[in-house]
Amino acid sequence: MRKIGVKEINDIATGAALLGAGGGGDPYIGRLIAINAVRECGDVTLLSPDDVPDDAFIVPIAMMGAPTVLCEKAINGGEYRVLAEMVETYFNRKIYAFMPIEAGGVNSMLPIAAAARLGLPLVDADGMGRAFPELQMVTFTIGGMKATPMALTDEKGNSCIFNTITNKWTEELARSVTMSCGGSVSVCLYTMSGKDMKKYAVRDIVTRSERLGGALRMIKDSSQDDTENSFLEITEGFKLFKGKIIDVKREVRGAFNFGKVVLEGTGEYKKHSAYVEFQNENLSAVIDGKIMATVPDLICLVDSNTYTPVPTDALKYGKRVLVVGLKCFERWRTDEGLKLVGPRYFGLETDYIPLEKRVKA
Amino acid sequence: MKYRLGIDVGGTNTDAVIIDEDLNVIAQIKVLTTQDVYTGIMNAVRSVVSSSNINRRDITMAMLGTTQCTNAIVERKNLVPVGILRIGAPATTGIQPMTDWPDDLKKVAYKSTVVKGGYEYDGKDLNPLDEDACRAFFEDIRGHVDSVAISGVFSTLRNEQEVRAGEIAREILGDDVHVSLSSEIGSMGLIERENATILNAALNKVAKAFTEGFARSLKEEGLENVSLYLSQNDGTLMSIEEARRYPVLTIACGPTNSIRGASYLTKVSNAIIVDVGGTTTDVGALQNGFPRESGVAVTIGGVRTNFRMPDVVSIGLGGGSIVRLKDDGSVTVGPDSVGYRITQEALVFGGNTLTATDIAVRLGLADIGDKSLVENISKETALKALNVIKSHVEDAIDSMKLSSNDVTVILAGGGSVIIPSDLKGASEVIVPQYSGCANAIGSAISKVSGYYEKLVSYDEIPREQAIKLATNEAILEAARSGARMDSVEIVEIEDVPLQYYPGNMVRIRIKAAGDLA
Repeated sequence: MRKIGVKEINDIATGAALLGAGGGGDPYIGRLIAINAVRECGDVTLLSPDDVPDDAFIVPIAMMGAPTVLCEKAINGGEYRVLAEMVETYFNRKIYAFMPIEAGGVNSMLPIAAAARLGLPLVDADGMGRAFPELQMVTFTIGGMKATPMALTDEKGNSCIFNTITNKWTEELARSVTMSCGGSVSVCLYTMSGKDMKKYAVRDIVTRSERLGGALRMIKDSSQDDTENSFLEITEGFKLFKGKIIDVKREVRGAFNFGKVVLEGTGEYKKHSAYVEFQNENLSAVIDGKIMATVPDLICLVDSNTYTPVPTDALKYGKRVLVVGLKCFERWRTDEGLKLVGPRYFGLETDYIPLEKRVKA
Repeated sequence: MKYRLGIDVGGTNTDAVIIDEDLNVIAQIKVLTTQDVYTGIMNAVRSVVSSSNINRRDITMAMLGTTQCTNAIVERKNLVPVGILRIGAPATTGIQPMTDWPDDLKKVAYKSTVVKGGYEYDGKDLNPLDEDACRAFFEDIRGHVDSVAISGVFSTLRNEQEVRAGEIAREILGDDVHVSLSSEIGSMGLIERENATILNAALNKVAKAFTEGFARSLKEEGLENVSLYLSQNDGTLMSIEEARRYPVLTIACGPTNSIRGASYLTKVSNAIIVDVGGTTTDVGALQNGFPRESGVAVTIGGVRTNFRMPDVVSIGLGGGSIVRLKDDGSVTVGPDSVGYRITQEALVFGGNTLTATDIAVRLGLADIGDKSLVENISKETALKALNVIKSHVEDAIDSMKLSSNDVTVILAGGGSVIIPSDLKGASEVIVPQYSGCANAIGSAISKVSGYYEKLVSYDEIPREQAIKLATNEAILEAARSGARMDSVEIVEIEDVPLQYYPGNMVRIRIKAAGDLA
C-alpha cells in the first residue's frame, strides 16, 4: 500500500503511453484530469492485488468515445460519483476500490481521478497490461466475465446501465449513446469480486507504468552516452529495429484506424528495412520480410533520441524511431488468450510465436 | 518612387532593409540587437536610411518583426494580471484553468471561473451561456484587471457565446478593457487554446509598449509618412491595432519572415529553407509561398499551446558553434556557441575558440576576418568538422520533408557560409543574394490578409455559391486591411460540417492575402 500524487501521476502517464503500444490516447488530457483530482481531493492509495479481500467489490473505470472530443470537452469531475452511486445501488454493494481497464495515455489516468474524488483506493492491476482496440479484449473475458452490467454517464448527468446479451451489443448500444451524449462519456464495466480480480487481472501495472515513466524521465535528464542500453534494460525490451519513417499508409475502417508504417534502417540497421502494421495499436513488426513480433506482445515505437512514445496517430515521414518489443502478460499467451487477441484474430497470417523466440531465431 | 522599410529584431542581430515599389533591395544593414531593443532599431534605421541615399519622406511603409512577446513570456517580464472566463460547465470543470502552468507564470491569473455554456462536437448547445454568471465574475474583477481571456468548449466550431461574453466584459469593465477570445487565437483542444488566449491577454502591456515604441523610434528618425505594420507568424502583416489585440500571433515570426524572404529572393515557392544564425539553425518548409504550419502542440515558456505556428525544427548549429576535437580523433560541432561574442572569440577575429566560421574560412568557403589565423588547423580536422555540420543539416532537412523525393534547399541567414552546397536529399542548393537578411526582407514584402467566417446552411445556399460569396467577403476584408485588389489571392478555404445540426449546416472559413497597395 502506498500513495500516488502529482509526481507519480506524471510518471505513470508517460509509462502508460509506452505500454499503449501505439494506441491508448494522448496522455496530456488524462494527466491533467488526474492531477486536478488529487490536488482537490488528496493523494490516492494504491493497493497491491494481494491486499484486496476475496469478497471485495472492484469497479474498473474508463472513458468511451473519441479522445479528440475529450480534449475539447473535458469531464466535469462529478461523473465518478454518479457511476459509483449507480453501481452501488444496482448491486446493492459498497465499492471497495477502483481499477483501470487498460494501460494507455487516457484510461490509465481516469481511474486515478475517480479514486481521488471518491476517497477510495486504486488497485494496482488492469485487464490488458497494454491497450487493445475492442471491448472484449480483456483478461476478464478469459475468466468468463462479462462487460455488463455496464454503467455510463456524461458530464451533464445523463446516465444509464446496460444489460446486453453479447459484448458486440454492448459496443453497438454504448456507441450510439456515446454519440448522442456528445462523443465522450465515462463508464464502469467488468465489475468483479476481489477473488476474480486476483485470478485474472494483470498485476502491478500501475507500478510498472510508473517505473517506466520514471526511467524515461531520468534518461531524458541524464547526460550519459549510452542511453539506448539503459532504456532497453529498464523496459526489459527487445530491440527490433532502428530507423527513419519513410512512408505511412492510413485507412479508417469502422471505428478503427488501420495502417502501415515503413522504416528505412539507420546505424547498425543501415541497408535493412522494416514495417509495422497497426489497428489503433501496433499489430506486427516485420524486419527484412521476416516477422519479428506480433500481438499480443507489445510493439512500441519511441523517438530514437528522447525515447518518448510515438503513438500511431503521430507517425510521420522523417521521424527517427526505435522499435522495441515488450513481452505481453503471460495469460495472453494461452490458447484462450490468443483466441481473443492473437495474430489471427487481427487478420495476420501467422501463428503466435513469443517475441523472445522470434528474436533468438 | 516610394519605399518600404523592413526590420527584424533577433536575439543577436537587428536587420533592416529598404526595398522599392518593385520590391528591389536598395540597402541592407545588420547591427547588434541592444538590451532596450529601440536603440538597436534606431541604429539600424539610421544607417540603412543613410546608406540608401533616399529621402526619408519617400518611405511610406515600415514592417517590424520582433521576438519581444516570446522574450516576455520566457523571461516572465511585464506580463499583466488576467481575468480568465471559461464557458463550458458542467463540462471541463475536471480540469481547472492553468493546471499545468509553471508556478511563476501562474501568477498572471488574477482570478478564473468556469460558467455554464459551450457547444457539442456537432454544433448543438451544450448549454446556453450563463450571462448572469459572466456579469458576476466581471463585477468581481472590476478594478483589478485590464485584460480578460475568454474561452469556450467547441468555440472553434461556433463562437457566438464567446463573442457575447466579450460584450458583457466591455459593458462592465469599460470599452478600454482588453478582451482575448480563444476562437480568434487557437485551434481544437480547449486547454491548449485557453492557454494561448491567457498568454495573449497577459501580453497586453508588452504589445502596447512595442507598438508605441516602434512608432516613436521611427518618428524620431524623421520617418513621418510611414504606415506601420507588425509581422505575424503566418507570413502576413498586422496593423498596429491588430497587433495590440493579438500580440501572441507575433511569436515565431522570425523564422516565418526568413522563409518568406528566401522565397521572394529565389522566386521559388516550394522548398526547404535553412536559416543559419549565430547559435541555432532553423529549418522550415515553404509551401505555396507560405510557411508550412505545425500540426503539433507548441510549448512556450513551459505552457502548452496550439495556435498556428510555422513548422520549424531548430538545431544547435550556427556560425559561432564551438568545434571540439575529441581524444578518439572525432570532431563535434555545437550545440554550444560563442554567440554574439564571435567577433572577439573566433580564431579568425584573433580569439581563442575554434568555431564553425573558422572551419569555413580554413576551407575557403568564406572570407571573414584574418584567414592567416586559421592556417594551422589541419585540413583533415577541418573536413571532419565540415562533415559533422553537413550531416546535422542533412538530418534536419530530411525530418522536414514530406516524402523521400529530393527537394530544393535555400540557404539563408548570416551563418549560412558554414554550410556546404552538396547536401544529400537536395535537388539543388540555392544561396540567393542578400540571403543574410532574408528575415528583414521577408518582413518588408509581407502581404496583408483578410478573414471571413460564417455558418451557412448548404440546404439554403448550395456549397459552390456559398463558398464564392464567402470568398468575395474575404477578398474585401483583405482590401480593407490595405491590400491591392488585383493582387489578392485565396490562401485557405475550409468548410467544416456541423453534423446533426438542422439544414446541412457548415462553418466556412476563408483566408485571403494580397500585396499592400
